[in-house]
Amino acid sequence: MSERTKVDVTLAVNGRPYRVRVEPRRTLADTLRDDCGLTGTHLGCEHGVCGACTILADGQPVRACLMFAVQCEGMDLRTVEDLADGDRLHPIQQAFWDNHGLQCGFCTPGFLMLAAGYLEQNPDPDEDELRAVLSSNLCRCTGYQNILKSVRQAAEVMRA
Amino acid sequence: MAPGYYTPALMKPAPFDYHQARSVAEAVTHLGEYGYEAKVLAGGQSLVPAMNFRLARPAVLVDINPLDELDYLEEDGDTLRIGAMVRHVTFERPVTEGPTGRLLTMAAHHVGHLPIRIRGTFGGSLAHADPAAEWCVIALLLDAELSTRSPSGGRDIPVEGFFQTVFTTALEPEELLVEARLPKLSTRTRVGFQQFSRRAGDFALAMAAVAFESDEGQVGNARIALGGVSDRPLRAGEAEQALEGQAATEESFRAAAEIAALEIDAVGDIHGSADYRRDLVRALTRRALEQAIAA
Repeated sequence: MSERTKVDVTLAVNGRPYRVRVEPRRTLADTLRDDCGLTGTHLGCEHGVCGACTILADGQPVRACLMFAVQCEGMDLRTVEDLADGDRLHPIQQAFWDNHGLQCGFCTPGFLMLAAGYLEQNPDPDEDELRAVLSSNLCRCTGYQNILKSVRQAAEVMRA
Repeated sequence: MAPGYYTPALMKPAPFDYHQARSVAEAVTHLGEYGYEAKVLAGGQSLVPAMNFRLARPAVLVDINPLDELDYLEEDGDTLRIGAMVRHVTFERPVTEGPTGRLLTMAAHHVGHLPIRIRGTFGGSLAHADPAAEWCVIALLLDAELSTRSPSGGRDIPVEGFFQTVFTTALEPEELLVEARLPKLSTRTRVGFQQFSRRAGDFALAMAAVAFESDEGQVGNARIALGGVSDRPLRAGEAEQALEGQAATEESFRAAAEIAALEIDAVGDIHGSADYRRDLVRALTRRALEQAIAA
């Protein structure tokens, strides 16, 4: 196989199959954006520090910049595009809206997916846990307090 | 570096050939074939950033993520056997009763952030040998034994001597790390784990892991391992000896921590001087010992 040979990969993203042809070195994040046209997933640092590209793989939050698309066949991938139901926002999105959990919005898709993946498995987190989890991602606008508030509200709504 | 606003090529890995291993045998065949050209892709949480920066440019990646045969935890008498592909997140809750499980849990919460812990693996961390990696320090503290497979068979490697220097281990290029065996601590062992980093989830500037038995307040089987302070994880042998047989008191802990701070060969870098790291070792060792006795 020559170095630049592309391979066929079928990704299941948000319940839909995407057939793409990519080099093995293509990260999952780039593939989602450039090959699947799902530009809701943002790229910040591209080395696993900022968390802007966080998506769910088999229900768990992961850094999409640290995986290659060729690794992801057979995984159930979910991106920020999957959260809202038409015009109805997901409780996490609504909570960010209500609590000014975003300003520029760049980090938001990553925070939404991090929170979504975490709350689905831990519906009633204590404050320390929540802070530890949200420390995974970087935000340069909000000072984090409103993000914490948002996720707390979302947890309450999702439990109800 | 070209001037400009968005230069996407700068943060992309160099081209490589990709092999998805379907068995350990297949993985080591690839490693035997490509040798130094190949890297093993486990969780990818250290390798892929290095590739994105092009600090690492392997010509071949051998992906071992499909190998469920390396994703296991087994208790074998007094030994905990950890398959190389067990993810960090698994240890957030005790995987075994007693002090060994507690110690692993204490350390697990310091490994990166949640999404990193979901992907990163125990074996990958040992093979990567970052001097500030929690699992390397724990493996050294517990006198782990490691097993490899290679085209010519495989071998067992004691952890002492496994970590050679930064990102460098006793592993040969055609060897795949498949298992770590941790001798379990006796039920009366007390454990502590402390680390300091500037922000949650950052690499630690220093960390201390301790374990000792306390019979009627007397310390036995004292172990102290340190990370983040040198080119590899270290045991503080002199401090361990000084603590042996002593009463488990604030004074003896303080004295042992002082010896640990002085006996190590600390390194300085942009994040902190060697002296600063010594200060951290002094404080963290004492805190870890006190945490152990308080629990």
